[in-house]
Amino acid sequence: MLRLEARPQPSRAWTYASPLLAIAITVLLGVLLFMALGKDPVRGLQMFFWEPIKTKYALGELMVKATPLLLIALGLAVCFRSNVWNIGAEGQFIIGAVCAGGVALLADKESGRWMWLAVVAAGMLGGMAWAGLTAVLRDRFNASEILVSLMLVYVADMVLSYLVYGPWKDPAGFNFPQSKTFEAATQIPRLMSGSRVSVGLLLALAAAAALWVFLFRTRAGFAQQVGGLAPAAARYAGFSSRRALWTALLVSGAAAGLAGALEVAGPIGQLTPYVPAGYGFAAIIVAFVGRLHPAGMVLSAILMSMFYIGGELAQSRLGLPKSITGVFQGLLLFCLLACDTLVTYRLRLRKA
Amino acid sequence: MEAYALLLAATLNAGTVLALAALGLLINEKAGVVNLGAEGLMLCAAIAGFVAVVHTGSDLLGFAAGMGAGALLAALFGVLVIWLGTNQYATGLALSLFGVGFSAFVGIKYVQEKLPPRPQFSWPVLGDIPLLGPALFKQHPLVYGAMLIAAALIWFLYKSRTGLVLRAVGESPASAHALGYPVRLIRLAAVVAGGALCGLAGAYLSVIYTPLWVEGMVAGKGWIALALTTFATWRPARVLLGAYLFGGVTMLQFHLQGAGVDVPSQMLTALPYVATIVVLALISRNPTWIRVNMPASLGKPFHPG
Repeated sequence: MLRLEARPQPSRAWTYASPLLAIAITVLLGVLLFMALGKDPVRGLQMFFWEPIKTKYALGELMVKATPLLLIALGLAVCFRSNVWNIGAEGQFIIGAVCAGGVALLADKESGRWMWLAVVAAGMLGGMAWAGLTAVLRDRFNASEILVSLMLVYVADMVLSYLVYGPWKDPAGFNFPQSKTFEAATQIPRLMSGSRVSVGLLLALAAAAALWVFLFRTRAGFAQQVGGLAPAAARYAGFSSRRALWTALLVSGAAAGLAGALEVAGPIGQLTPYVPAGYGFAAIIVAFVGRLHPAGMVLSAILMSMFYIGGELAQSRLGLPKSITGVFQGLLLFCLLACDTLVTYRLRLRKA
Repeated sequence: MEAYALLLAATLNAGTVLALAALGLLINEKAGVVNLGAEGLMLCAAIAGFVAVVHTGSDLLGFAAGMGAGALLAALFGVLVIWLGTNQYATGLALSLFGVGFSAFVGIKYVQEKLPPRPQFSWPVLGDIPLLGPALFKQHPLVYGAMLIAAALIWFLYKSRTGLVLRAVGESPASAHALGYPVRLIRLAAVVAGGALCGLAGAYLSVIYTPLWVEGMVAGKGWIALALTTFATWRPARVLLGAYLFGGVTMLQFHLQGAGVDVPSQMLTALPYVATIVVLALISRNPTWIRVNMPASLGKPFHPG
């Protein structure tokens, strides 16, 4: 019989191998799912792992989707490392998009090209404010940040819906629930012609580098994480848990808000009820699969972006529902959590 | 008056979904396990129940399918959390994310399907009382079932020996283990039972409450049910009461919309979520009170020996 035996120390090798094993198992389950649905599994896998990197344009699209995922996941990593369970990044993303959209709608034909900076700043502030609500309720009222942040996703969704069905509806929009298309001055600058990749990608990569420095090279970053690993030790060292809470939520709110701003002022170009695309939830998986490490999350954000694009292609080319993306995302996280057991335990055969 | 009677009836109906789910989650939490996967689990159960009714025409089979789906997913969650020692929050989240995707994936073929109208249940004599009859005695049998389950749970948790063991496992698993109780098996049983009840709630939602399938139709009720156990400071009777209160809040929005109150409809739709946040903040404000009532080992893994 198989038995789990605690390792004296967590295995370094398995820390890296476990996400890879989880991906392998998810792919295997994917093949079985395609076969069960009567689809050619090779073609199915192509949609997810080959088509998104086949051409230069496809690669660009891969980056367009990876950017918000990476940004949000970076913020969530700060939260999860300090044991703050912010699962409402989707709401912070929406409010970031709403605030960015609000500023973008103020622009007119004469607005300067600096306008996009104001849009981005508004998005970050919006995301921070929304996450700040969770922080206040946790800090002052001891309310579970898990439930509060999650409930605020639904509220954020209603705020967006109210605005695009009401005051911000485009009068010339044939009564569609959407805002006016933003002026060109608010558009996030693109890196090259012929691709939708914007400076957002550079911002996300810079944020990853900054997070690395913060987490592993500063005293504040160290203090931030001790509370997550050993609350008693943090108290003894005099690291404030309230400070860690606020830092975690404000940083992740800003990151999610930035992602929202980059989305509405980038690929989308207006506010619609379809701004929320589930990035805030998918980023939770990105964060865990990337081991809450900046470099790891760059890779896992690209992987999750492949899942998104693959799902869309599976819909248009194989006639499968797009929600297959969500199935694979969920499976990946399940597999990862199960595989992570091998980091702290080893499997042993027990003699009868 | 007629309108209020109907509002009361609708409140009981809406509260039943929350009550079933929250009572299920209460069983989990009394044994020390938090299942953040309730939302995903209810969605999968909702589509399972709906599909079963579409193909068999039997509500009972629909409920059974929902409970089966709930129990199965909860068992998966339980094995990961209890035996492999995975983080309860992360694993629950995985279940929620998976459930959202999986139910949408399976359900896409059933979006247009409709269920036939069912004959209305009515208690003999009592159902014919004016006002009170339509308000209280013409509900689906499961509405009364939820009340029975709550009563049974009170008896089970506080009057039966097995219930005492279950609570011991949630309070101090090490002591329960030292006394020779199989802590992990008891936790798994609690998780599966709780999952089955959440599943029943999901099936009730898609088969009776709004007899159709819409992607993401649980719309946060799983999360509200999770909050309810905290509101109720882990007492079954208060869980039931809280569920009806929130059922009432949900119904109030439709009532106000119908009455033509001049408020944006989105604000009314957001009402149950805002109410959850407000009540959660008010109840949690006193940390000592929460700590006294909360099962002591809630959310903590247990490794025997």
